Amino acid sequence: MSTVTTADHHDAHHDHKPTGIKRWLFTTNHKDIGSLYLLFALAMFFLGGAMAMVIRLELFQPGMQFVEPQFFNQMTTMHGLIMVFGAVMPAFTGLANWMIPMMIGAPDMALPRMNNWSFWILPFAFLILIISMFLPGGGPDFGWTFYAPLSTTYSNDSTALFVFAIHIMGISSIMGAINVIVTIVNMRAPGMTWMKLPLFVWTWLITAFLLIMVMPVLAGLVTMVLTDKYFATSFFDAAGGGDPVLFQHIFWFFGHPEVYIMILPAFGIISAIVPTFARKKLFGYASMVYATASIAILSFLVWAHHMFTTGMPVYATLFFMYTTMLIAVPTGVKVFNWVATMWRGAMTFEVPMMFALAFIVLFTIGGLSGVMLAIAPVDFQYHDTYFVVAHFHYVLVSGAVFSLVAAAYYWLPKWTGHMYDEKLGQLHFWCSVISVNLLFFPMHFVGLAGMPRRIPDYALQFADFNAFISVGGFLFGLSQLIFVWVLVKCIRGGEKAPAKPWEGAEGLEWEVPSPAPYHTFDTPPQVK
Amino acid sequence: MQFNMTPGVTDISQQVYNLHMTIFWICCAIGLVVFTAMFVSIILHRKSRGVTPATFHESTKVEIIWTAIPVLILILMAIPATRVLIAMEDTSDSDVTVLVTGSQWRWHYEYLDYDIDFFSILATPRGQIEGRLPKGQNYLLEVDRPLVIPTGKKVRFLMTSDDVIHSWWVPAFAIKKDTNPGFINEAWTRVNEPGIYRGQCAELCGMDHGFMPIVVIAKEPDDFAIWVEQEEARIAAIREEEQRLLALRMNLDEQMELGERVYLAHCAACHQPNGTGLPPMFPALKDNHVTTQDRAEHIRVMVDGRPGTSMASFARQLSLRELTSVITYTRNAWGNDTGDVVQAVEVYEYMQSKGE
Amino acid sequence: MNNEGYQKYYVPDQSPWPLVGAIALFFIALGAGFYVIDMSKDQSGWGGYMLLLGIAILFVMLYGWFKNVVDESMSGLYSAQMDRSFKQGMSWFIVSEIMFFAALIGALLYARFIAVPWLGGASNNEMTGAILWPNFEAVWPLLTTPGGTETQAMGWGLPLINTMILITSSITLHFAHTAIEQNKRGQLTGMLLVTLILGVIFLGLQGYEYILAYRDLGLRLDSGIYGNTFFILTGFHGMHVLLGALILFFVLLRVLKGHFTAEKHFAFQAGAWYWHFVDVVWVIVFCLVYVF
Ligand code: HEA
Ligand code: HEA
Ligand code: CUA
Ligand SMILES: [Cu+2]
Repeated sequence: MSTVTTADHHDAHHDHKPTGIKRWLFTTNHKDIGSLYLLFALAMFFLGGAMAMVIRLELFQPGMQFVEPQFFNQMTTMHGLIMVFGAVMPAFTGLANWMIPMMIGAPDMALPRMNNWSFWILPFAFLILIISMFLPGGGPDFGWTFYAPLSTTYSNDSTALFVFAIHIMGISSIMGAINVIVTIVNMRAPGMTWMKLPLFVWTWLITAFLLIMVMPVLAGLVTMVLTDKYFATSFFDAAGGGDPVLFQHIFWFFGHPEVYIMILPAFGIISAIVPTFARKKLFGYASMVYATASIAILSFLVWAHHMFTTGMPVYATLFFMYTTMLIAVPTGVKVFNWVATMWRGAMTFEVPMMFALAFIVLFTIGGLSGVMLAIAPVDFQYHDTYFVVAHFHYVLVSGAVFSLVAAAYYWLPKWTGHMYDEKLGQLHFWCSVISVNLLFFPMHFVGLAGMPRRIPDYALQFADFNAFISVGGFLFGLSQLIFVWVLVKCIRGGEKAPAKPWEGAEGLEWEVPSPAPYHTFDTPPQVK
Repeated sequence: MQFNMTPGVTDISQQVYNLHMTIFWICCAIGLVVFTAMFVSIILHRKSRGVTPATFHESTKVEIIWTAIPVLILILMAIPATRVLIAMEDTSDSDVTVLVTGSQWRWHYEYLDYDIDFFSILATPRGQIEGRLPKGQNYLLEVDRPLVIPTGKKVRFLMTSDDVIHSWWVPAFAIKKDTNPGFINEAWTRVNEPGIYRGQCAELCGMDHGFMPIVVIAKEPDDFAIWVEQEEARIAAIREEEQRLLALRMNLDEQMELGERVYLAHCAACHQPNGTGLPPMFPALKDNHVTTQDRAEHIRVMVDGRPGTSMASFARQLSLRELTSVITYTRNAWGNDTGDVVQAVEVYEYMQSKGE
Repeated sequence: MNNEGYQKYYVPDQSPWPLVGAIALFFIALGAGFYVIDMSKDQSGWGGYMLLLGIAILFVMLYGWFKNVVDESMSGLYSAQMDRSFKQGMSWFIVSEIMFFAALIGALLYARFIAVPWLGGASNNEMTGAILWPNFEAVWPLLTTPGGTETQAMGWGLPLINTMILITSSITLHFAHTAIEQNKRGQLTGMLLVTLILGVIFLGLQGYEYILAYRDLGLRLDSGIYGNTFFILTGFHGMHVLLGALILFFVLLRVLKGHFTAEKHFAFQAGAWYWHFVDVVWVIVFCLVYVF
């Protein structure tokens, strides 16, 4: 804290690590904060996953066996919220913290104290959300999309806590995003020109821009929910001149860019891993950058594809259908570029590469089902069925989460200084990739056959598929325990990792020793 | 086990099905191309085969090609999609119009051309849901009073809601339309074959969202006409009976028996079969001030509902007789034991007093 | 910019303030939540106290944090690059604020051009008007809601004066800015003070307008979408004016203490940007809420 000692301290330039709990509570170090984000995200992934297990348990058989319908709805809601805001987004922010300064040759994030604030807000936000589940009326049970008036007039008291929890999560995301942008714009090492930025940095820059554009919209929306419920306003109430569909427009104006917030950094990770293990330069670097930017811009113009059944006029439906379909083009460019990168490379198949390859295949499947959903007249049949659930778990679990796991394996040597256990990692991969398909693929079928989402009990014709899906779910959950084992083993020891453990890797992060020193690039490297 | 979408029983639903299959096969083809390229590369271009990596890393030509081809494919998809969508829109020139109103957790159907309106509620007994009874064939997809429509005629649906957003979905007609409170959405169908078609509420609408099925019976126009007659007669009879009832006094046992049935069908979902409710959202009726003492308030709540809560008005949903009985039932069940026997006149008078 | 890059980029050592700030937000959010719940039930609880505690902690945090920053800045630890980080950070923060207002303005435009006409039977909602709201007339401002609540519209005489005041304050603040760049301390202090006073007058008039609305016009939070958009837009704008005024107030205190130089005055600049932003938002709000 004391400014004078700090100044000395920095001139002295030594790798001094604070110790004890204060290191983590008061830290301003991007690596510490990155680790905090990643560990928090992992914990939330398990919490959200445990809730998914409750869902799958209840859906294992027709009939109500384990929980009440209202509790089931709470599980669905909290599962969605925790996975999206607690697991995937913080995990990407953690990676950004760890990697971006090292990738661009900066000494730290641009605003280190604010960085710590962004992180520490998060556990408290989720604490509030979890406290809300213990209110007398139960927790939020209106779906992660909290459509009004279910979340206003007809909700229980948890709405108030939910609203404020979302507010502070939003503050955290916005501050995190500001930090990322400023770091990238202002702190690149000399010679690190825009078109030399690693793609992970590019995708995060654009993601951060999306965050700054849409998180405040979510904040505005929850504020209106709060006033509608508690202060007698009628933004979403026809009797006062409002419209429940207005809620959905605002929500999805946030919500659609939000799903790209969860996938663009994943694209960056895959674009780092594939060239490394194909030992060949990324194909089409420039078009990757332009494609990412196009996706981001288009993402502001497609939101109502979640609302085809709300009774919009037909010209609006057509507009949103066309724009949504267009997103397939830049995304396709990315997929093709990855394949072209592999083409005539010299590939090896370490765990990060395996997850990256699985990502490309499974994300594409999820993307293609997204294109099917975009076709408005057929979406009338798909909407709010398990077909949608299948779509978004393919892009989120075997997309975003797989990319995160790939990133973890890829950079673990840099973080811990040890190689992870390759055998265990391969086991983790194969268990995950098989079970994730057992889990989510049949959801396409039950969805098409007519099973609505968000129901705790279902008609008999869906029984076989659901039992199957649940078993897949349990297996996928158990497979993740292997991951934890790998992580623990790797943190505690293992084969020493060289500065650059991957033969084909490129980038500044591989030029510092493993584990990366507490302070890297106190003086800027010269990038040629 | 059904794997795919139903082709349905209307021209539109068949078009939707065909569109679905077209898009599906196109997506499969795209997937096949991409994955083949990828796996060929994985198999041939691996380090263990001793290859040396190539060095190419861009080509404006191929990049333009693989931007242009997807655009063409998408245009190809958009054309039939637009056509089907526009065909679905036109609700004019209908023969029958039904006003569909969703509420937590039942459907109300009102035929604007006839003197018919009724509620439609899940008919699956709780015992089946809780696993005490074996599950029937149409488990969760059965209602007490299905919607009946004529085949070969254009039926127009006007959709709205009393409380939250629901969504009226019958896969066989390819209709899924949200019912937004305070607004009316429209949809239409022309069913080709007589039969029983089942669907469900498709928008999360609270606790019993999963227990809000839809059953539609499509009848030949002649049979439909007969049904209309019978239904009009049935409803007229109930009204007459109500008038008669005003003069009549029902005894406690009669009322308790009917009241229990009504209670289990309409109230128990929230207030629980044993009257303990799920506080604070759904208050307990057992030992409640209103159900044990304030008789006037009790009638008022049943007739008007509690605005701003899930407690709906039951004035339209229940017959006078049912209303009266269920009030009596709640005042005497589960140890409430007030001994009150509410009579139809009492409720009727309150309803009238509001009308003035 | 220059090739020596961030050679002197200052990475602060550990700091307790972020954690304190997180705890403050925790109490604020949890307290506000419980406070609102209690209020809706007309019962009293400890939510309000928790909220106050949170705000108190927040102020302690702000004081401590800013003191660190000011000390660091005064002892010359911040390079030009560091200043750029602050400036860019502030600009992006303002972008996020713009999007917050965009959401609220979007709600206003949607209500006015879509929801209300549809309730009156426009577009594909013919039946909505005919069956559900047969007596409803779709006009803006919406003085009689579909449900029958009535209210009166707010005139734009007073707000016009307010607009003048805010625009003037933007100009005086600009003069303060030129003053700081030319190192004219007297003009700087004077102009800042005038800006602040204008801001306070604006807030006063805004408060007076609310009294008018509630007392004379029956324009309340519960009088339907017209009142809702009116209050939420002017209300959040007012809160931002208050925040801007607070920032300028502390800047003024620092000016009086002799801080800032012609080259380095990030805090001043941030406050000024914020104030200009709040003014621009006001002009838009004025046009959309009152005039058109
Ligand atoms: C990471 C998250 C993520 C991502 C990346 C996407 C990507 C896409 N999504 Fe998805 N989506 C969600 C998360 C995501 N989605 C979630 C969470 C929901 C549900 C929310 C809720 O209701 O709770 C949802 C729901 C959802 C809906 C609403 C469904 C409904 O409720 O009825 C729609 C409809 O259009 C849709 C479409 C798309 C499209 C077109 C893409 C495109 O971006 C996909 C593009 C990719 C490809 C197409 C594959 C690769 C391309 C090629 C190989 C090129 C060639 C291809 C063609 C020419 C077709 N999504
Ligand atoms: C990134 C986001 C994300 C992720 C990672 C997941 C992961 C999973 N989801 Fe998620 N899901 C959503 C986002 C996500 N989901 C969203 C947004 C919704 C919509 C919510 C709404 O409708 O409002 C949803 C809805 C949803 C539903 C539909 C609920 C409904 O409509 O009623 C289901 C049902 O099966 C489901 C299942 C799963 C499963 C089995 C996993 C698995 O991948 C989880 C695996 C992880 C674990 C299991 C934890 C780790 C392991 C242990 C804790 C060890 C113990 C394990 C055992 C005892 C087996 N999810
Ligand atoms: Cu009604 Cu879901
Ligand atoms: Cu979307």
